[in-house]
Amino acid sequence: MTARIGVVTFPGSLDDRDTRRAIRVAGAEPVALWHKDKDLKQVDAVVLCGGFSYGDYLRAGAIARFSPVMDTVIDQARAGMPVLGICNGFQILTEAHLLPGGMLGNDHLHFICRDQKLRVENADTAWTTDYTAGQEIHIPLKNMDGRYVADRRTLDELEAEGRVAFRYVVRGEAADGCGNPNGSLNDIAGITNAAGNVVGLMPHPEHAVEPLIGTGRTDGLPFFTSILKKLVNA
Amino acid sequence: MSRTPLDTVEHAAATPDVELPWAELGLKKDEYERVVEILGRRPTGAELAMYSVMWSEHCSYKSSKVHLRQFGEKAPESDALLVGIGENAGVVDVGQGYAVTFKVESHNHPSYVEPYQGAATGVGGIVRDIIAMGARPVAVVDPLRFGAADHPDTKRVLPGVVAGIGGYGNCLGLPNIGGEVVFDACYQGNPLVNAGAIGVMRHEDIHLAKASGAGNKVILYGARTGGDGIGGASILASETFDDAKPSKRPAVQVGDPFQEKLLIECTLEAFREKLVVGIQDLGAAGLSCATSELASNGSGGMRVTLDDVPLRDSTLSPEEILMSESQERMCAVVEPDKVDRFLEICDKWDVIATVIGEVTDGDRLEIFWHGGKIVDVDPRTVAHDGPVYERPYARPSWQDELQADDANKLPRPETGEELKDQVLKLVGSPNQASKQWITQQYDRFVQGNTVLAQPEDSGMIRIDEASGLGVAIATDGNGRYAKLDPYAGAQLALAEAYRNVATTGAKPLAVSDCLNFGSPEDPAVMWQFAEAVRGLADGCLQLGTPVTGGNVSLYNQTGEAAIHPTPVVAVLGVIDDVARRTPAAFQEDGHLLYLLGDTREEFGGSAWSQVVHDHLGGLPPKVDLERERLLAEILISASRDGMIDSAHDLSDGGLVQAVVESALLGGKGARLVVPDGLDAFTFLFSESAGRAVVAVPRSEEVRFTDMCGARGLPATRVGVVDGDTVEVQGEFALTLTELREAHEATIPALLA
Repeated sequence: MTARIGVVTFPGSLDDRDTRRAIRVAGAEPVALWHKDKDLKQVDAVVLCGGFSYGDYLRAGAIARFSPVMDTVIDQARAGMPVLGICNGFQILTEAHLLPGGMLGNDHLHFICRDQKLRVENADTAWTTDYTAGQEIHIPLKNMDGRYVADRRTLDELEAEGRVAFRYVVRGEAADGCGNPNGSLNDIAGITNAAGNVVGLMPHPEHAVEPLIGTGRTDGLPFFTSILKKLVNA
Repeated sequence: MSRTPLDTVEHAAATPDVELPWAELGLKKDEYERVVEILGRRPTGAELAMYSVMWSEHCSYKSSKVHLRQFGEKAPESDALLVGIGENAGVVDVGQGYAVTFKVESHNHPSYVEPYQGAATGVGGIVRDIIAMGARPVAVVDPLRFGAADHPDTKRVLPGVVAGIGGYGNCLGLPNIGGEVVFDACYQGNPLVNAGAIGVMRHEDIHLAKASGAGNKVILYGARTGGDGIGGASILASETFDDAKPSKRPAVQVGDPFQEKLLIECTLEAFREKLVVGIQDLGAAGLSCATSELASNGSGGMRVTLDDVPLRDSTLSPEEILMSESQERMCAVVEPDKVDRFLEICDKWDVIATVIGEVTDGDRLEIFWHGGKIVDVDPRTVAHDGPVYERPYARPSWQDELQADDANKLPRPETGEELKDQVLKLVGSPNQASKQWITQQYDRFVQGNTVLAQPEDSGMIRIDEASGLGVAIATDGNGRYAKLDPYAGAQLALAEAYRNVATTGAKPLAVSDCLNFGSPEDPAVMWQFAEAVRGLADGCLQLGTPVTGGNVSLYNQTGEAAIHPTPVVAVLGVIDDVARRTPAAFQEDGHLLYLLGDTREEFGGSAWSQVVHDHLGGLPPKVDLERERLLAEILISASRDGMIDSAHDLSDGGLVQAVVESALLGGKGARLVVPDGLDAFTFLFSESAGRAVVAVPRSEEVRFTDMCGARGLPATRVGVVDGDTVEVQGEFALTLTELREAHEATIPALLA
């Protein structure tokens, strides 16, 4: 048996088809979900993908958070269903208060697209068990509003509870994807909720699942194999 | 509010003596008289608006048409061409039932006035051309030319253009996979912002811009119509109304990429359900263009009720509505029983859609406003029967002198140390430096099919996951070469794009072009244009790659000073399996470097002559298209049979530029040996065409050199991939760190 993983399409979603492909490449069954539809079609997990939902003219993710599908996603996530937010999906998860903090414009004020080096800090979430803690991986990053911010207390809490899931690798060659690409506090690239079922990150693991495509690396595939194993073994 | 009577067709017929502001709208006296002759009366204000904008240089190609005919007359026999010149974009068969559509357009003038929106709406326009053919857009490319890199205005224009391209393209979810960035003082007041796009569809999904079938409905969908980009129509408006209106209209349109993304998705969904008979995007000349082109390409006429057009500004006059260039709008022709479903799909995507008219039995385009008929024309006279000029042209008096100023006579470096200094200067010069600061503002990964992207020789996209079928595209154009010899310059642009596609392992199939020139009213510019078109048409015939469409941009000129003639050529290629693609990066130490082709002392228009001597003169490199074809065949065979594992074309900057780029991309150095019969300087800096440098694994050396020998392509072993320096034996060595610093620091230092 395999797992059914939903991918929500909001108006302005861009990586929905790519994310469905990544799920398929990992061996799970992708299910397309529509923003106006509260029905999650009995999926076992949900991915909120990248893009510019509703144009993101207000604040990234601010409107998507109020779409009908999110009512169900929020309820289910609180009940323990695994949810992954990638880029705009991460922004939506913070707007929905499933994850703390928020994203501001990149400190250099430009869109940035690069093959970014990350360190996996927490390999115990629903989406990261196929990594090992401390492992360094390359995942494409592409965004305008990627600067993670939170108040000091929240940051301390995230750090103390091991909820920083991914951190930008700062030391090393820029040509190797090192460096904090947007001014994120504590070099945070992604975080998890306390239960470990909701994870959000700015880089795009769905763009690193096939050896020929994109950067040519497959460092993003373990996101999707991790969740598949968890769901199949559940 | 007082109002003059509506200028209907009846009113126009009854008031023959009313003077209309035809000159202010850009029409010449004889052109206006021709309109009166066609109609048999004076035009209404609305008709005048339509004729003036459709007969403009931009829409009618009136200065260039007589020359552009050669692309059809000299078109090579090609099984691949499914739709040729004249539609929104050409369509090429790439096998396995797939068709690919692609096109390059200019958005030069708006991008100088308002860099961000000018460039953004340039992307929007070319993408709508692609969806109007029935295809899903899969990639964009952006050939750009700016003034001197260190000029203060370049720092205004370039960052705005780049942010606009990124801001719009990134929001559409289209990977940006190629293009160029070139600096030259000649583009100071006239930057060239060209935009290209590729789309993919199945053969049976090709759609055309035509309105057929009486009773079929004309649906306008997308953004509401506003007052942007209406330029001269305001003059007509002020003739009609005398109350207070928003007087200052933005000359440059403003883009909304989110609306365009919705437009793409809802259009493709309507195509999938086969709801669309004909389709046209609204770009230049807006509804004037869409209605007249749809009607004139179909079998019947068309009746449109302008009152039904959804407006952003309720004070717009009918003339303004007809001329508005508001972005993100399309026009579809749909059978009556499919209209409901079409509107439902638009509603699903929150796209406004309105039936504004229908196809009629007759052959007239009739447009109504407040119950009165304000347009009654034969649409062909608007869309296709514009004026055609035989502009005088003459070889400029300075051409001989320019060609006599031989770059081969410039002082050359004499020692290893001088060579080394000039190499560093070259790879760090704005034109040869890394453009990563620019390209990393574009999303190149989205859609998950990008196989190669800039700075590779060509961008490559997988179009079939199962078979690995892919397409490649490269754009090139060297204005310096074209200035020295426009005929050869156009062929060199074609040759380079063709070579770039083949270098990555794809077979070149077809061509699109964007011809950027100065004022056609200057006989010298017109000569450059005529020569370039003749060169490109002859070249395409010889290489067997038909021109499928393109765009002409004239008047890129400030006062008497025209830009260098800049034909930008895009070549599209196909590769059976993207797994066989050849990257530019060096892969492994020990692999042998072979230089393919002949190297001659050719420095006219070269990067070296520009960077070291600030010189432009002499003749550009010799063109040998048969050699280009042979080189391409070798590169494609070698890729298919796994004989090479990297390849890079040699163009501006010569061999040393190519080797440095491959070394930095792969993080591996090279040891080079100057081959017999060449001096180190010529070996490193010559820009002879028809060449590439390839890395051959030792195990493949015999097979590869045998193939080159048997087919008569010179292949010279010039070194080996090795270490972390680029060394020219007996001359100099540069570490990759030094080279990276020189190559990558320039652009951020100038523009960040």
